[in-house]
Amino acid sequence: MQNSKLKIIETNKLNLFYGAFHALIDVNLQVKPRMITGLIGPSGCGKSTLLRVFNRMNDLIDGVKISGSVKFENKEILSDAIDLITLRKRIGMVFQRPNPFPLTIFENVAYGLRIHGEGSRLVLDEAVQKSLTAVLLWDELKDKLSLSALELSLEQQQRLCIARLLAVTPDLLLMDEPCSSLDPLATMRIEELMNELKKEYTIIIVTHNMQQAARVSQECGFMLLGELVEFGDTKQIFTAPRDKRTDDYITGRYG
Amino acid sequence: MRDTKRTEKIAFALLLAATIVVVTPVLIIFVLILFRGLPAITSEFIFAMPREGMRAGGIFPAIVGTIYLTFGTALCSIPLGILAAVYLNEYAQKNWLTRVIELAIINLAGVPSIVYGLFGLSLFVAFLGFGSSLIAGSLTLAIMTLPVIITSTREALSAVPKSFREVSFSLGASRWQTVRYVVLPNAIPGILTGTILGMSRAAGETAPILFTVAAFYLPRLPQSMYDQAMVLPYHIYVLSTQVPNVSVKIQYGTVLVLVLMVFVLNIVASYIRAKFRKKKTW
Ligand SMILES: Nc1ncnc2c1ncn2[C@@H]1O[C@H](COP(=O)(O)OP(=O)(O)OP(=O)(O)O)[C@@H](O)[C@H]1O
Ligand SMILES: [Mg+2]
Repeated sequence: MQNSKLKIIETNKLNLFYGAFHALIDVNLQVKPRMITGLIGPSGCGKSTLLRVFNRMNDLIDGVKISGSVKFENKEILSDAIDLITLRKRIGMVFQRPNPFPLTIFENVAYGLRIHGEGSRLVLDEAVQKSLTAVLLWDELKDKLSLSALELSLEQQQRLCIARLLAVTPDLLLMDEPCSSLDPLATMRIEELMNELKKEYTIIIVTHNMQQAARVSQECGFMLLGELVEFGDTKQIFTAPRDKRTDDYITGRYG
Repeated sequence: MRDTKRTEKIAFALLLAATIVVVTPVLIIFVLILFRGLPAITSEFIFAMPREGMRAGGIFPAIVGTIYLTFGTALCSIPLGILAAVYLNEYAQKNWLTRVIELAIINLAGVPSIVYGLFGLSLFVAFLGFGSSLIAGSLTLAIMTLPVIITSTREALSAVPKSFREVSFSLGASRWQTVRYVVLPNAIPGILTGTILGMSRAAGETAPILFTVAAFYLPRLPQSMYDQAMVLPYHIYVLSTQVPNVSVKIQYGTVLVLVLMVFVLNIVASYIRAKFRKKKTW
């Protein structure tokens, strides 16, 4: 019945502790490929924490304990045997604040490739063009590649960060409130970009903004105090939530 | 309302007074050195050997000795200090051992410099058999400046935003790649500033070199790193306490040369700091 090809991420009884603090409680989640999955919930409910499990970024924090199972394309990624470098090449992350390196636009996009040993200028040129084209920056910036990335607008910076990510050809894009520092117009344009990207990539987006989740995601999860309270079709979550807490949240009773 | 204004005025006056009290002696000393020392500065004074038991001639060997010694110190302490700081800041786990090491470094920075001198004497001069030499002096000064370099390098590393590291890791970079391509390039200005200041402090120290390198009177340049050398701080001490009838001019001239050398280092450090602070936009 359950075709395993239809999920790119599957968690089973995932628990995470920051020291003694139980931040993720028995999270069972399935993410389908080539679509946008939204994660919503009030501040501090563990959305970012969950997202950072998928590319093992929590490894960088002292005192984190994780139990349960998380599979990426049917391979357990919590095991010590997993190669983090390969994993992170395939699962990329876009952060809340646009965070380009203080380097040129070109060097920002080329960074990942250089790290992974690509030295050929031809290959780099091509990858930079392809990635910038994918985030709809190429026409704007093709003559300014040697400009510092910090001179771009916030929206351009965030697009650049996405391009930097695409350059290492990931499959899954984790986006942690990618629009929270952008104005509404820029937000709308990034959402359009996400709709474009989902044809080739799987996207999981964490957002504070329920309208955004409703607009861009096909499936959506609601988290509260470390639990995944409800997960399902976005329309159903927003129109006919099964759980009372979800209902309370989307009708604004949690603020 | 009135009262607040009055307290404000009093506070301002007090703070200003305190600043003046602090700054005035420094200024007076500097002006004094400048006026009394400047007449001594001739090309002979800078580039000639001392003569007549240091009462005439120049201070060339002391200048060269100081430069050699400072370079030797930099060579030993900068790579080691930066590597240690990178380890402590980027690699070490926050456990009790790391905390003990950190505590030790903080305390080492407060150890009086004569203690380093005696340590250098027993380890480098006597035990390792270097004798009183440039290498023994450099190593001693290097050990003395290491805590300063480690601390300032760590500050520079910590000032690099965490988000840079996160992005780098999230793109699949290893820890070393992240340090090499993201953290260090962005920390270099801070590291440079701190290390140069450390060097300028080392260049002016007397106690650590007293037993480890300084020669009383040696009117020739050191030929190898196992040679003793004349060095400015010790030379000043000798001129002012050990040799009778040295003209005030020569004494102040020597002091001025040392002060200027240290000054140049400090100005270079300030320049680097100012230049990169303007460019820094995160
Ligand atoms: N490094 C950490 N150490 C200890 N506790 C942490 C750490 N990071 C997060 N937490 C705690 O874990 C909980 C979940 O944090 P998380 O950042 O995942 O929430 P979030 O849903 O992303 O919130 P927000 O919407 O504000 O970004 C919070 O209560 C937070 O205080
Ligand atoms: Mg968050």
